[in-house]
Amino acid sequence: MAEVLVKNLHKAFPDGTVAVHDLDLEIADGELFVMLGPSGCGKTTTLRCVAGLETETSGQIVIGDEVVSGLRPSQRDIAMVFQFYALYPHLSVHDNMAFPLRAAGHPDSEVSERVNEAARMLRLEPLLKRRPSKLSGGEQQRVALGRAMVRHPKAFLMDEPLTNLDAELRADMRAEVKHVQQRLRTTMIYVTHDQTEAMALGNRIAIMNQGRLEQVGAPMEVYERPATLFAARFIGSPPMNLIEAEVTNGHLTAAGGLQIKAPDGLRRGERVIAGVRPERFVVSAADGDAEAARGRVVSREALGDETIYVVETDAGLLNVRMPPTVRLAEEEVVAVRYQGTAPPVYDPETERVIDR
Amino acid sequence: MSSAIVTTGIGKSFGDVHALRDLDLDIPEGSFFVLLGPSGAGKTTTLRVIAGLEKPDYGTVHLNGIDATEATPAERDLAMVFQSYALYPKQTAADNIASPLRARRMGKSDLDQRVRQVAELLHIEHLLQRKPAQMSGGEQQRVALGRALVREPRAFLMDEPLTNLDLKLRVEMRTELTRIHRSLGRTFLYVTNDQVEAMSMADQVAVLHEGTVQQVGAPTEIYDRPANRWVATFVGSPRINLLPCTANGQLSGNGWQLPNPGFAVEDDRPALLGVRAEDLSLEVRDEAATLAGTVYAVEPLGDRTLVDIELADQRIVVKAPPTASLNIGDSVRASVDLDRIHLFDADGEAAIPRR
Repeated sequence: MAEVLVKNLHKAFPDGTVAVHDLDLEIADGELFVMLGPSGCGKTTTLRCVAGLETETSGQIVIGDEVVSGLRPSQRDIAMVFQFYALYPHLSVHDNMAFPLRAAGHPDSEVSERVNEAARMLRLEPLLKRRPSKLSGGEQQRVALGRAMVRHPKAFLMDEPLTNLDAELRADMRAEVKHVQQRLRTTMIYVTHDQTEAMALGNRIAIMNQGRLEQVGAPMEVYERPATLFAARFIGSPPMNLIEAEVTNGHLTAAGGLQIKAPDGLRRGERVIAGVRPERFVVSAADGDAEAARGRVVSREALGDETIYVVETDAGLLNVRMPPTVRLAEEEVVAVRYQGTAPPVYDPETERVIDR
Repeated sequence: MSSAIVTTGIGKSFGDVHALRDLDLDIPEGSFFVLLGPSGAGKTTTLRVIAGLEKPDYGTVHLNGIDATEATPAERDLAMVFQSYALYPKQTAADNIASPLRARRMGKSDLDQRVRQVAELLHIEHLLQRKPAQMSGGEQQRVALGRALVREPRAFLMDEPLTNLDLKLRVEMRTELTRIHRSLGRTFLYVTNDQVEAMSMADQVAVLHEGTVQQVGAPTEIYDRPANRWVATFVGSPRINLLPCTANGQLSGNGWQLPNPGFAVEDDRPALLGVRAEDLSLEVRDEAATLAGTVYAVEPLGDRTLVDIELADQRIVVKAPPTASLNIGDSVRASVDLDRIHLFDADGEAAIPRR
């Protein structure tokens, strides 16, 4: 396995569209690095440049100690996984896993050695002779994963491999990918537009937008402190509340009197946007609390393990995440108050987090 | 509350395929009623039978107490909304919305007023002069909804209307639809395979599987007291943990044992223990009620962290606070909230009641 460096990557297509603007990424050896963003953000183009399927307009790709720019995909010693394809039903588990190695012309002795090694890591040894139809769903997924991993490339590049699976299988497979990656310490660059998948899987997440990097960080870092308003909107469901507020005495005060704890270093009178996760608000029946926002419940989504309230206040529509035991009705007049340490705040002009 | 729509013993086959078997539904007037199930469960067929687009092999459909089994779709006075918007591409949003009223020879000013009312309700006044090509998917879906609303039918039948929208829009439209339902006060019958949509919008949910109703109830009822294993598995994310066990005074599985908190079982009954991820905790409260295993994967999701734990021969998921810091291979114990566990019959799969 190896580290992967993307240096000043710039990619323009013949029609003039710039897919990636001067991108710098350092992906550590053994890291599961997720590239997250909406379609058209440049994540897949970046991956394809690393793979050698696209030629960069300028910049450099380094895999291990080697500058690979200009090399063909087959010369880069990487494995590209587009999807965990269904298994071949007529082949045994062993032959399913051996397939990519045999196709690449590896000698038989090496093929069985690698398959056996992968089977040991994934605890598939007792199943090697079985056909896929004799396996449980979870076992089939492990085989599909094993088949992708029998090669020993310097890095795995994965482009939305779970997209076509149904929700249940996707959740199972997510845990498998994470488990196996941590066990094998493979370097993995994983592209997705699904923020839940990105959070669940990544050692670090790179959020991209219009060919540029918005933020790189560990999942909880990105969640707790999005670097830009774009990142704030993209991570988390329901999304972060973005509330216009003015810095007053140690507080951020929003329209209607809602008080939010202010971070240090802000000037009094400064206008900012506070980024408040739905679980940082508490909603209760209306009371006289002057620091709370008074509002009306416009929607209540009881999801079983939690209830999401949308409350219309002078400070805007606020999303609030509450335990299922709290029961407030739609149209009820309620109070929303902030709890906890100071949230990140954003400059309304630059849309970047204020760091002082 | 009186019934808007009642189906009694509906059966419908397509060749060898039994789409519906003895389907009974009682949809209260003014409710937001959701038919929830995977594809192939018979949801759309049910909707089409109610709308009169499909004739049942047997059984009856009553609308507001009157037998409508033989009535034509038009006589039933129901409005359908589909996942594909099917707007007239050359007409403006206003003309699209007005189209169902044209046949009624309404006066122009009445018609304009009605279109404007609907547009206000849907917050699409600014789109009225646009053509479909100039609108986003979400906007088109609202116009399609407007076209259904403009008629003031007896009830609205909606077949996965949000499926083609992206996640953000879908979340927004959920809030919108509940708001619209509330302000109209009409019956909504809504079909979906998305349990979050069902949980978040419905007054009542009917869970369908293989052409029969598995359970009807308020969303929280279905979540907290699933009638059988199938419902328990279909509703809730992450999926409920199911562990095979033998039930008597204890619940005993492979490598674990829990006290039986009062499930009515006799002898050594083979059963399935059902525990939702949030009813497990990594803080051990009661030594006697724990499951021990090793950490398989840790998935931080921001507001919570999912911890996959490997027991002797299977995996369970625990919903932990976002502060949980664990590594693969760590030995852990998950505390079980015995008040919230479920037990299902291993054969019949029905929920076993508590004494």
